[in-house]
Amino acid sequence: MEPSPPPPDFDRLREIFEAIPHCRELGLEVVSIAEGKGIIRLDYHKRLVGNPERGYLHGGAITTVLDTVAGMAVLSALPEDTPIATLDLRIDYLGPAAPGRPVLASAHCYRRTASVAFVRAIAYHDDPDEPIANGVATFMLSATGFSISEAARVDREC
Amino acid sequence: MLKAIIELKRTGDIAAVNDIIPYAGVIGLESFEDQEGIVTVVRHRPSNIGNTILPALHGGVVGALLEHAAIIHLLWEAEIDSIPKIINLSIDYLRPCRAADTFARGTLIKQGRRIANLRVEAWQADPAKPVATAHTHFLMR
Repeated sequence: MEPSPPPPDFDRLREIFEAIPHCRELGLEVVSIAEGKGIIRLDYHKRLVGNPERGYLHGGAITTVLDTVAGMAVLSALPEDTPIATLDLRIDYLGPAAPGRPVLASAHCYRRTASVAFVRAIAYHDDPDEPIANGVATFMLSATGFSISEAARVDREC
Repeated sequence: MLKAIIELKRTGDIAAVNDIIPYAGVIGLESFEDQEGIVTVVRHRPSNIGNTILPALHGGVVGALLEHAAIIHLLWEAEIDSIPKIINLSIDYLRPCRAADTFARGTLIKQGRRIANLRVEAWQADPAKPVATAHTHFLMR
């Protein structure tokens, strides 16, 4: 039996995710990574508001942090040269993010087949048991998409 | 915000709706009307990239476009007495979304007394080749 390839270097994965142009634009920060799991923080910025009367973040910012953390959770469990692409993402918005407070997004890739990875993700302020958004996502593996080794190569060239 | 939007509806200035939404300026969301209805576009800008290899837009930006197109469609086409609240959003990513302007159009599938259901389609060069679709529910009051 062939030995399974090692999981990626988590420090490298963190650097790659924080260097993604749109993640930089929103100021996303990787809080933690484990195999198949991750947490990312989105700080509150007035420029990300969708409802200026109430100061609520636009849903797009929440969608972005959930999509990002879900992808990171998948890549953290795969060999570095496996590209992935999001197939779908469904989000229930359980309540608005409180103005001024950072949002944490946590994801768990709980099942993987040869072609598809299944992820659950939530966004919350302090307590994961009181989520502000709940997401489920699936990712196609070995698709035309995003891989750690390719991203690292492009980063070096830039 | 509701007052400002109702006033813009009265004058027909759909482009100005995005001026009162800070996040719309961050990713470059604009809206306009064509012969078939309302189109919302996210302009290409390097800060929207999520995949520098292809390069392609961040999936979150595509999701934001679909959600925003739905809400703009509702604000403009539905009778509103409060700002609709999003309940959920289900996005299907169909093709790589390249580094280019990306357009989206919403369709109101059903408007009930309290809930609106919309379908949204996003495309780049060819509307017949959607890059992503979504369906979404909003609470109207």
